[in-house]
Order: sequence, then C-alpha cells, then structure tokens
Amino acid sequence: MLPRFWRKIRYRYNLVGTYCENCRTYYYPPRNLCPKCRRKSKIKEVQLSGKGKVISYSIVHDAPENFKMMKPYVVALIQLDEGPIITSQLVCKPEEVRVGMRVRAVFRKYGEEGESGIIYYGTKFVPDS
Amino acid sequence: MVGIVSYGTYVPKYRIRVEEIARIWGDNAETIKNGLGILQKSVPDLDEDTATIAVEAAREAVRRAKIDPKRIGAVYVGSESHPYAVKPTATIVGEALGIGNEYFAADLEFACKAGTAGMQMCMGLVKAGMIEYGLAIGADTSQSRPGDALEYSAGAGGAALLIGRDGVIAEVEGTYSFTSDTPDFWRREGQPYPSHGGRFTGVPAYFRHITSAANGLMEKLGLKPSDFSYAVFHQPNGKFPVRVAKMLGFGMEQIKPGLVVSHIGNTYSGSSLIGLCAVLDEAKPGDRILLVSFGSGAGSDAFSLIVTDEIENFDRTPRVWDKVMEGEHIDYGLYVKLRRKIRFG
Repeated sequence: MLPRFWRKIRYRYNLVGTYCENCRTYYYPPRNLCPKCRRKSKIKEVQLSGKGKVISYSIVHDAPENFKMMKPYVVALIQLDEGPIITSQLVCKPEEVRVGMRVRAVFRKYGEEGESGIIYYGTKFVPDS
Repeated sequence: MVGIVSYGTYVPKYRIRVEEIARIWGDNAETIKNGLGILQKSVPDLDEDTATIAVEAAREAVRRAKIDPKRIGAVYVGSESHPYAVKPTATIVGEALGIGNEYFAADLEFACKAGTAGMQMCMGLVKAGMIEYGLAIGADTSQSRPGDALEYSAGAGGAALLIGRDGVIAEVEGTYSFTSDTPDFWRREGQPYPSHGGRFTGVPAYFRHITSAANGLMEKLGLKPSDFSYAVFHQPNGKFPVRVAKMLGFGMEQIKPGLVVSHIGNTYSGSSLIGLCAVLDEAKPGDRILLVSFGSGAGSDAFSLIVTDEIENFDRTPRVWDKVMEGEHIDYGLYVKLRRKIRFG
C-alpha cells in the first residue's frame, strides 16, 4: 500500500493528467498512450484546472471501515472542464448535491493506516460557489 | 526591498458556539463570553488537519502571486499540531504546490509564534540572496482537553505568506524578537492535550513578551504607536490583544480590523497571521502595520510593515473577514466526533 500510494502522490495531490496533442483530448488519470490515436498519440503531462461539474453521484450509507466516521457521504462522478470524468468524494451534505452542480478541487485527507500508520492525502471536491 | 509578496488564508467551515460548550460543562456562557471575548471557534472537518489547512492557505497565496511555484526556494510550516511527530508537513505542502525538489524545508514549532518565526527565516534567506521566494506558513488544529478553559478558544486555521523581493505588497521595515524561558503552556511528548499555567499565562508570559517586543521594535526604528495605521497582536482570546494594545498606547481603531478571534477562536500559529491578512485586505499604500506574535514558552516576534503601491494591483478576494464570518454551527456531540475525542474499543 505504501509504495503504491507514494508512486501516485504527484497525481493525487494535484490533478496532473495528460493531453494528446494529436486528437486534443485530456486524460485523468494520466495515460502513456492515447487510446484513440494509438501509435500516433502525442502525449504530454498537464495540470488540470480542478474545476468541473457533477454528472452523477451516490450517497454512501454503508461505508468501508476507514470511512465509517464520515457516513453518509457523497461520491460523485465529476466531469472536469477539460473533459475527463473522475470519481471523487464530494465534501458536502447529501442533501446539497445536485447533478450539474459546479465543484472545485481541494486538498484533503483520504485516510490513514491506523493510529501509527501513514496518513494519505489527496484531491477531493467541494461545491464551488 | 524585502517583504510580503502575497498571502493566503484558510479557515475550516464548522463553528461551535461558547453556549454549546458551556451547556455540556455546566459553565455560564455569558461569563465565559465576557471573560474571553470569544463567541465561537472554528472546528476542522474529519479530513482536515494542519497539512490540508497549510496547503489550502499556501495555494491561495501562490495563485494570487501569479508566480511559477518552482521559483519558491523555501517552505517553513509552523504549527504545534503537525499531523506527524516525525515526518515533516513542509514536504507535503511543497509537493502539493508543485515546487519541485530544490527547496529548503522544515517544520517549526514555537507554540503560537512558529509562523512568524518562519517569516523571519524566509526574510533572512531572501535578503542573503539564497532564495527568490520563501513561503512561511502558520497553521494549526489546536488541541484542548474536554472541559478545560482552552476548549472555548482552541480553533483551527492557517495563513501563508510569500516572502520575496519582487512585487512586494508590504515591505518589512524591521523585525525584533523577545525570547525567554517561561513555562506558561506546554505539551509533553505523547500527550494528547496541552497543559497551561492558568493565570500565570498573562502577565509574565503574554503581556511581558508582547510589550517588550513591540517596544523594542519601535525603539529600534524610532517609531511610536501613532505612526501605525494598524496593529495586530497575537489573539489567544478577545481580551488579551485589546488590553496589550491599551498598555502600549494603541487604540481600538488600530486593532479592530485584524481582531478575528471572536468568531474563529485562537488558531495558534495561524492567529496573528490571519489577523495580519485581514488587515492587508483593507490596507492602502503607505499604511504602516505593526504585527506582534506570541508563542508560549515563550517569545514574541514583532514586525513593522509598510504597505506599497503594489497592493492596488493585488487580488484580495476572497476576503479574510468573509471566511471568518461564514460557517456552519455544530453541536458538542458532532464536535467531539470531528475532533476525535471519542475512542472506540
């Protein structure tokens, strides 16, 4: 778990995705190859804006052990303004979330491995007023 | 010219009122409110800690500075509630800002004045030409034992100041520190909550250090209280900064714009810095600002700042007072859950 998280820190702390210069498509998480352009892909790393909108969501009432303290919480499919759709926790009350609602990225704690383990941080979203 | 190039703040959205805490512990809320000059305090969410507060404040500072984060050569995070006892918060902030890998970094701890200590370190590095920009952050999710007097005031929040030479919005005219070994407040290794010397924390600690640092700085620079448009003193409660201002010869009109404690509580390492940022939000070119922090243990850092013409071109939204005044009130039950004061099994 520790090395796996460490390898992704760069992409979790910031929404660092990729852009295919050939077909002008953004990807998150980052890809080494554009699935549309294949061998013609021209991939470069980009920082995404962190702004987007909710396209669908679920309210989690039956949470995994590490997230029990937060229930009920919102997990949303968020379409970033650049195009990619990502799944993320949306920090707001379940009754606040709406499809189409504008959201922005924030830096939050994902969880921790017990009281003596490592703390995981990364990007979540909040309503953008 | 060395000074503040940009600033950013963060205050968690939850608030708990004095009445709600007093209801649980059988205290008289009116007596507490009058005694402390505090109406409510800020409370962090379950997924917020000193690192997330520091990152959010620092991101706002860097965004408003409109500089490439790779030009930042130092990150110092001052706090007494670093998420790890061993492993720096500064590296988390550096990574989240995308600074790269070539930067000086360390976590600082000096009770409530670790943030201003970071400012002095960044000033020194910028002045010496060792870095272009340095980031000094004060952030805390301060702890308090349930039922202790501190529980009414220990809040959460932080501020980040970008120190540099180019595009300075407030020049540091001078800085002066007054430090002594005074055991007014402490937390031993491995202990969840701090202890304090009760009434001893006033005269020999807060008042002695703040007045000595402020007078020392004004003497060094040949200034008097009336030379300052604003003054910001550390805000452990709403009463101490008002009293120390009076002792030094400052008026309410000089300290009120930066007095945020009544609505967010004492944000420890963030306290005097959030107050300074609130003042910078409304300051005009030519205004002189006195900033004096206080950290138990004990010491005070005093700064004299002169606001420059650059502030007119600086994006000052969202404003600190808007962040301070908004918020959602919670009850004591949710508060103990959010602050993890209840343990399972």
